[in-house]
Amino acid sequence: MITFTVNGSQQSLDIDPSTPLLWAIRENLQLTGTKFGCGVAQCGACTVHLNGQPVRSCVTPIAAAQGALVTTIEGLESAEGDLHPVQDAWIAEQVPQCGYCQSGQIMSAVALLEQNANPDDAAINSAMSGNICRCGMYGRIRKAIKRAAGESVVGVFDPKANNPQEASNV
Amino acid sequence: MSKLGKWSRRGFIAGGVVVGGGLVIGVALRQGDRRGDVISSVTTDGDELLNIWVKINEAGEITAIVPHSEMGQGAQTALAQMLADEMDAKWSDVGFEEAPATDDYANWALGKGFILGDAAVPEVLVPTVDGAFYQVAKAMRLQITGGSASVRTTGVHGMRVAGAAAREMLIKAAAGKWQVAESELTASESVISHTASGRTATYAELASAAALFTPSPTPKLKDVADFKIMGKYVQRHDIPSKVDGSAQFGIDAQVPGMQYAAIKAAPVFGSAVASVDSSKAEQRAGVTQVVNLGNAVAVVASGYWLAEQALKDVDVKWTATSNDRVNTESLREQFRKDITDAATNGTSESDVELGNYAEAFAAAERVLEATYEVPFLAHACMEPMNATASVNGDMCEVWVGAQNPMGFRYEVAAALELDPENVTVHQHFMGGGFGRRSIADSAIQAAMIAREVGTPVKLIWSRAEDMQHDIYRPGVASKFRAAVAADGQVLAWDNVYHEKHEPAEAPVIPYAIAAQHIHYTDSPTHLPFGPWRSVDHSQHGFFTEAFFDEVAEAAGEDPYQLRRKLLADKPRHLKVLDLAAEKAGWGEPVAQGKGRGISLQESFGSLVAQVVDVTLTDGKIGVDRVVCAVDAGFAVSPDGFVAQMESGISYGLSAALYGEISVENGAVQQTAFHDYPVVRMQDSPVIETHILNSGETIGGAGEPGTPGIAPALANAIYQATGTRVRKLPVSQYDFNYRVEEQEELI
Ligand code: FES
Ligand code: FES
Repeated sequence: MITFTVNGSQQSLDIDPSTPLLWAIRENLQLTGTKFGCGVAQCGACTVHLNGQPVRSCVTPIAAAQGALVTTIEGLESAEGDLHPVQDAWIAEQVPQCGYCQSGQIMSAVALLEQNANPDDAAINSAMSGNICRCGMYGRIRKAIKRAAGESVVGVFDPKANNPQEASNV
Repeated sequence: MSKLGKWSRRGFIAGGVVVGGGLVIGVALRQGDRRGDVISSVTTDGDELLNIWVKINEAGEITAIVPHSEMGQGAQTALAQMLADEMDAKWSDVGFEEAPATDDYANWALGKGFILGDAAVPEVLVPTVDGAFYQVAKAMRLQITGGSASVRTTGVHGMRVAGAAAREMLIKAAAGKWQVAESELTASESVISHTASGRTATYAELASAAALFTPSPTPKLKDVADFKIMGKYVQRHDIPSKVDGSAQFGIDAQVPGMQYAAIKAAPVFGSAVASVDSSKAEQRAGVTQVVNLGNAVAVVASGYWLAEQALKDVDVKWTATSNDRVNTESLREQFRKDITDAATNGTSESDVELGNYAEAFAAAERVLEATYEVPFLAHACMEPMNATASVNGDMCEVWVGAQNPMGFRYEVAAALELDPENVTVHQHFMGGGFGRRSIADSAIQAAMIAREVGTPVKLIWSRAEDMQHDIYRPGVASKFRAAVAADGQVLAWDNVYHEKHEPAEAPVIPYAIAAQHIHYTDSPTHLPFGPWRSVDHSQHGFFTEAFFDEVAEAAGEDPYQLRRKLLADKPRHLKVLDLAAEKAGWGEPVAQGKGRGISLQESFGSLVAQVVDVTLTDGKIGVDRVVCAVDAGFAVSPDGFVAQMESGISYGLSAALYGEISVENGAVQQTAFHDYPVVRMQDSPVIETHILNSGETIGGAGEPGTPGIAPALANAIYQATGTRVRKLPVSQYDFNYRVEEQEELI
């Protein structure tokens, strides 16, 4: 039995501990915002936060999440339902095309901005190099990251995932 | 407007009251001789048969019903803009729905209706349809080309007419209600006003009364000067759901009782399962069944990861085929031999024969010769192929993202020998299409597996499966000769290639060269091929525009200036070319180790010029900037249009820099992004797009950005390195060494 917190709510899953976190999130918890793109840590579509760090959930065994805090795209909004400033910036810059890579892009961008409030181009390149966008929206992603940084609100925003509630099981 | 008037007379437009009150207007398009079919269908089955375009309900919500699938191109928003503007609707009142693939009538109306003039089925799609559904397939073309066709066909011919007709009916309703002349009324922001008396009424209030009028088949359309929503910045409707994880892609479908399947198809196309030992896999916890599909084996389990793990334990032997010795080099040799033989033996077929080219070559001071090559390419959509299916007796449901939901329905029905009436396709967002999602292979597999196991099944292809079982952009060789006179005049252009598909004009050049011979032959392979963003333009854009620069050099001319000279009678081309050159600073000195290249390409009714800047560092090419000028007639949704250019350029750049599918012992080798690299953040150039609204017929947006990037890049690399890139991808060159011209001058 693996017990962990996803987007603020506690979950217990009785599954093979080597199951990748990606499939536990998508299939067992039915949170489908996190995407499968390659399964081999090459595309970033599956990016989630594990204790605040961005990880490729397709190669992270669920066992690694024991007792941890997991944040997915669905957990970025505030408890009141406001979009995260990075999500707002994504809309303002009209970033997504097909949109399939964007959950992963946004999770990587949020992690970057939490660690570096004002990233330069080199910092953006290195933080985002693991996230492929086949629709080629890299220019817009870069602009959206800079927009969110410019508004200096990422540090003070409080995603609902950061507010663990008392046990609620699936 | 003359074109539209002609169309409208051949079209069909109808209006009526919908359940609960409100107005609905539909337009069905069809070829001139199909009027009888449409009318009889309509009179027997009521307005359900129409391809409905717009509904206004009594709450004032205006819904555009859009017969195109969303794969990222944002066309749905542009289409809604066209409707709303002609209606004088308030933009915030307007939403859209995707036309249901489950509704026979809507789709048959599409099938019968959306055929414009000479639209033909792209040759690459013919194998996917069989006789009876040929007409449907013709219509599919318009769905398939998505971003490149939706605005210029559906939008121009359907959305605007429906919007304008609705506006006229609402005005009539108000005139009747207030007993005033229609000419005294104005429409704006979903309200009709009578200025003299100060009376106003909302569209919601007038909808039911308006529905009693017959819509005009030829409503007056706005002049460009009166556009309020078309051509303006609006935010795309689909974007909010794509930033919060709520957008539902095919892979996200959840069906009660669903199991998961992983699949491995025969590594060599044409091979089949010879034997399968599934005993070990079936012992694994969670595995319910191993299914032999004849040319593929699937494992069904309670979770996808379990299925994927167990698949590795299935021991499959595949039958030998005559293709088992095919490899990349043997294919290249075959292509080069076939085009050379066809040219020598005179067995090629001609696209263009102009002037006396044989004489021109004989008279030339210099004859330039070069062979260009491109490799096979995968689509590598971000969302791997997948489909969820449920089969119950003779009923089948499929949940999938399809570029042609209607075609999927017929293909699944045919494969399972079901009545198409009993097959329902639930259309989802597509995580990239690029042509790949016009083929129903994964949907058919899912349905067959679901039938076998008796529960709903979600089939997901691994990334390796997706790479190795694509319908590829074919590998192609193209051989050129050009004749140049002593004074630098370009006398003749000869080009022989293989793989003639769509669009037919892809190898044709716009330049005024008096003698031309453009011809082709066949060189079939066992690899399946299909539409890949911009289709044949994806190779010919590179071939013709890169070789053109070689010709310019031989003629002693600047490549931009020679293009200008040979486009003297094509003002629209010149404007686009000049704009890109000006914005990019063409003619300014380029530093040592840097290069600047230009290209011009007309495709899908749009003209695109690109100027690319590169820097050579330690033998590697970095792409710094792409300046793109485009004339698509009129950009209805300018920001969405710019995004499409950026996307098309980036897609073409991935292919130009890195894309290569290789074949060994008949099988595709690539498995993921380490051996099929794509552009990432750090190698993505700044892309500047400049739109020219010439007012010409609206052209496409989704594909025209793609063909011009590879040649402009190759031309820039030549300046930076002295090496002519004649074979893609660029990544195979080591620019520490200058590759001398190998095939010049006779
Ligand atoms: S799916 Fe995890 S990195 Fe691609
Ligand atoms: S938006 Fe389509 S892959 Fe990024």
